[in-house]
Formats: sequence, C-alpha cells, structure tokens
Amino acid sequence: MTALTSTARETKPLDMPKAELRALRSDVRDYYEDYGQHLDDGDLEAWVKYFTEDCHYRVISRENHKLGLPIGLIYCMNKNMVRDRVTALRETTVAQPRVIRHFISGVRINSIAENGDISAQGNFLISECLADGEPEITAAGQYQDVLVRDGDGFLFKYRDCIVDNYRIKTSIIIPL
Amino acid sequence: MTVLPIGSLAGAQASYEWPEDGFTKIPNWVYSDPDIYRKELEVFYYGDTWHYVGLTCEVPEIGSFRRSTIGERPVILVRHADDEFSVLENRCAHKGAQLCWENTGKVEDFTCPYHQWNYSLKGDLQGVPFLRGALGKGGMPRDFKKSEHGLKSLRIHNEGGAIWATFSDDAPSFEDYCGPDILAEVRHMLPGKPIELLGYTRQLIPSNWKTYLENLKDPYHATLLHSFYITFGLWRADNKSKCVPQERGHSVMVSHNEGKKTSDATSEMKRFRDDLEVLDKETITPRQEFNKKRVGGGWIFPSAYMGIQANTLKMRHLIPRGPNMHELVFTHYGFTDDDAELRRLRLKHANLLGPAGFVSMDDSEMLSQLQHGVGAYPHETSIVEMGGKEIEETDYMVSEVLIRSFYKFYREAMGL
Repeated sequence: MTALTSTARETKPLDMPKAELRALRSDVRDYYEDYGQHLDDGDLEAWVKYFTEDCHYRVISRENHKLGLPIGLIYCMNKNMVRDRVTALRETTVAQPRVIRHFISGVRINSIAENGDISAQGNFLISECLADGEPEITAAGQYQDVLVRDGDGFLFKYRDCIVDNYRIKTSIIIPL
Repeated sequence: MTVLPIGSLAGAQASYEWPEDGFTKIPNWVYSDPDIYRKELEVFYYGDTWHYVGLTCEVPEIGSFRRSTIGERPVILVRHADDEFSVLENRCAHKGAQLCWENTGKVEDFTCPYHQWNYSLKGDLQGVPFLRGALGKGGMPRDFKKSEHGLKSLRIHNEGGAIWATFSDDAPSFEDYCGPDILAEVRHMLPGKPIELLGYTRQLIPSNWKTYLENLKDPYHATLLHSFYITFGLWRADNKSKCVPQERGHSVMVSHNEGKKTSDATSEMKRFRDDLEVLDKETITPRQEFNKKRVGGGWIFPSAYMGIQANTLKMRHLIPRGPNMHELVFTHYGFTDDDAELRRLRLKHANLLGPAGFVSMDDSEMLSQLQHGVGAYPHETSIVEMGGKEIEETDYMVSEVLIRSFYKFYREAMGL
C-alpha cells in the first residue's frame, strides 16, 4: 500500500512541425507568465480578461481532484463569477496586506483538438509575504487548461489549478 | 483518567485566577497557555465526549478506510462489514508507528510496514512474523497473547450516515451526550437519506481552537464583519434569529435568509453595501429546500459544527493543533436525489466558505490577528457582555450569550 505509483498520463506526440510547436509552446508560456504577473501586481481586472464567457476556473485540492470530487476552493462556472470574485475581493473582503509571486514552469502543450482547442499544463509555485513577515510558499501545484485562440493570443476556456497542499495555510485571498 | 496538573509545563501562567467570578470576562491565557491546552485535550477531546470521524459514504465498500483525527490523535475509519464500521487508533500495538499512511483506500487487512504485524479490519491482531522465531531461536514469549495486542477500537455511533466516536467507556450514549435540541440539529442535517460526498476543504489557521469555536457562537461579528453576508441578506442582524445555549458546551445558532434589503439596522452595519451587486445571481440566491430558509446550525462540542448556509451542507470538523493553531476540515455533501440545479448550487455556494470563501476569508484573517493580540497579552482579559450578562436563550442576533454560556461550562469542566 505504500509503493510509489506513476501519475504520468499517456500522451501522443503532437502531429505538428517542430518549429511550429516550439513557437506555440513559447507563446503559451508567455501567456501563462503574463497571467501570473497581473495577479502578482494585484491587477485583478486584468486577470478577468484571460477568460472566455463560458469559462470554468477552479482552484481544487489534489485530494479532491484525485478522488474525482468536484468541490473547489474557488469555483467559477462562468466569467461573471470571475468578475464577481474580483468585486468581492475589492469591495468586501477583510484581509491582511500581502505581496504574492507566481513562479511558473514546466509549461507544455498536451494536445490540440480538431476544433483547435489547446490542452496545456504548467506548474506553479506561489510565495506570499505578509506586511510584517517573510515570504512563505503558500501553494504549489499544476495548471490543467484548455485554451482557445483569440486573435493573436489565447483565452482560458478551462483552468483547473490543482494545489498539492493537503491544507491551505490561513487563506487564499488572491486567485492562483 | 489522569489529568496533568496545571502549571507543570514551561511557559505556563504563574497563576490561573479567573478575572472575576462569572463568565463575562475571559482571561487571554486560555488561548495560548500550553498547560491549559494539554488539559483541554484530556478533558474535552480524550474524555467523556463524542467526536465526528467521517461519513459512511466516504468508506463505501468493505475494506474501504479513511484517516481522520480526534483531538491530535490520528484514527482510521474503516467499513468492516456491510453496514458495520470501526474507528481504530492509527498506531501499531507493537512499537506505536502510524499504521495507515494513505488518506483513503481499500484493504483486506492492515499491516504495519515496520515489522509487518497484521490486523483485521476490526483491529484484531492476526499475524506476527517470527512469532516462534527463526531456526528454532527467538520468537515471542509463550505467554504472549495476540488477543491482548490488537489496535485500540473506539466506541462508535452511526447517526444518519455520520460516524461519531469516543475514547471513553464512561461517556453517555451519543443521544444523551447531545441532548434533544442538538440531536434535532444533527438529524435535520442528516435525516438518513443517502448522501453524496462532494469534497473537502482543509485549512490551518494560526489561532487557538476556541477562537473558531467562539466564532460560531458569535452572530454579532457575522452581521458586522462579513459584508458579503450582510449585503446579500445571507446573515444579518435584522433577520429573525435565535441563540440557544445548551449543556456540555453545545449550542444552537440559527437565522433566516431574507435576501437583500434595507432597514433601520443597516445604518449600524457599516459594511452594508446597497450599491453592491453580483452578476451571477445564483451565487447569492439559495433555492428553498428542507431547511425552509432557516440557516445556521449547531455545535456538537467540541469538534463538530453541522449546519446549512445557502445550499451548502457540510460537516465542519475542528482539530486542535497546539495552543496557537487549529485545523478546519469541511466535508461538503449533498443527497443522492439532488437534481442537477441543486447540485450546481451546492458547488457554487461553496464559494462562500473555506480558505478562499467570500465569508470565511474574513474569519481566517481575523482569527490570526486575534491570536497575535491575545497571545502577546496573556494577563489581559476580553469582555463578552453584548446582550447582557445572562445565559438565557435569545430571539435576536446581537448577543454573546452563547460564548458566556460556553465559559460557564468551561470553568466547571476545567476546574478554573
């Protein structure tokens, strides 16, 4: 019962010229990093712009994800719920001042659907520093996403932020 | 049961004198003192009290197990027959190592990885490798009896699909421990209908466990601190409410969801925001169900709070983690006959609660600040006189009666 198990998923090589894939991966990586930068800057209004109207955005524990349980720590079932979260954070939430930083790595393209939807993933590590404290790692985990093309860029149609944390330290104020 | 004498640990208070006779003033040392904390564990967690362990739907098949915690002690909930369960100490009877390392799973029996002592699903010791030694040498003494070295199995009670347990042989029955009002709250939330597990949220909050206990005995703060609740009428002072003190540290605190409104009381609620609207109306619009707009619930002291807020049904499990830390586990559930809309509402309304909840975020942040204040000034006191100095039931919200009633019980139980 304690043997190590693999969590690797079966992946097919993408049917795409290497240079094109490299360019796409680079664009998606930039997109992820810009996303993280807006949150680190506290620019929640810019964060909203990363989603389609019919989006799914959820922060979910590894435990729930593994057991197939749907409860999220944050669960937005459409873009209005993403907007509402920003309203709540701006207007009603009582929270200690803090600085956060996203460290994003391991961005990769998993597959491209016939309709052009891009399945991608990336790792995140988030540090948080309270006004009278030192930075601490508050969450680490993986994004599992579906992106759609939007002109030259992308939008998230689906983003699950799967946090490895069994427990969250105090709270998650700023989305991941 | 032996209880450590107060004052035996380093860092303890020099004196444990209550500020004055009564229960309207609370000495800050109850929130940080290591000896007080040790005694609380023995009296309230390992004494004659009942504790929530888990839901039967979390262990759906014979051999399914889930780890849980009572006080600071790890336990295992396991289904050992069709409708029979055990709560076992998660501690090998041999050397004391934690036996079960996975949060959940399914096994035929339990084997300690260290020396492979093997136990049945009911905790009976079945096998000891080299019981008779090897090559004719070693082995356990002839008088070693496997029957005397099983895993400790706790007294349990199944109430509507929730398993409760106690370490004590002397505790009254679960029903008597609850009393009629609390039992009614438990049965209101778990009427025996088949339940569907929706998931967990878990958080560590850097404050004493009683700060959370009191927070859910304190409707006064909820109508001031939580703009989200107040503005959208999910919990506010001018809604019909009730605070009902109970024996043994339990309490009932209920209100009614009446939606967004303006009244004479809104001017006192500085955080009421008439201008505030959300775009996704479902987030703040509960569908009427069995509770008929009645929200809130009851503390089953010390470690469980059951209640409904909007359309979220959950078991809140409070775990002490040292004098300055507590853990909260919310187990969200629904009923297997929920339709798609109700299920969606349960998931949506979970956005109100937990580590990133529109309402709970305020609490976690607030309680960690509270601990900074009371922890650094143990010799000072706090005052709980809102709504008077009595401990009678109230039919209004702006009251600290449940906290006063709790400290009356607490002083007696702790001998303070």
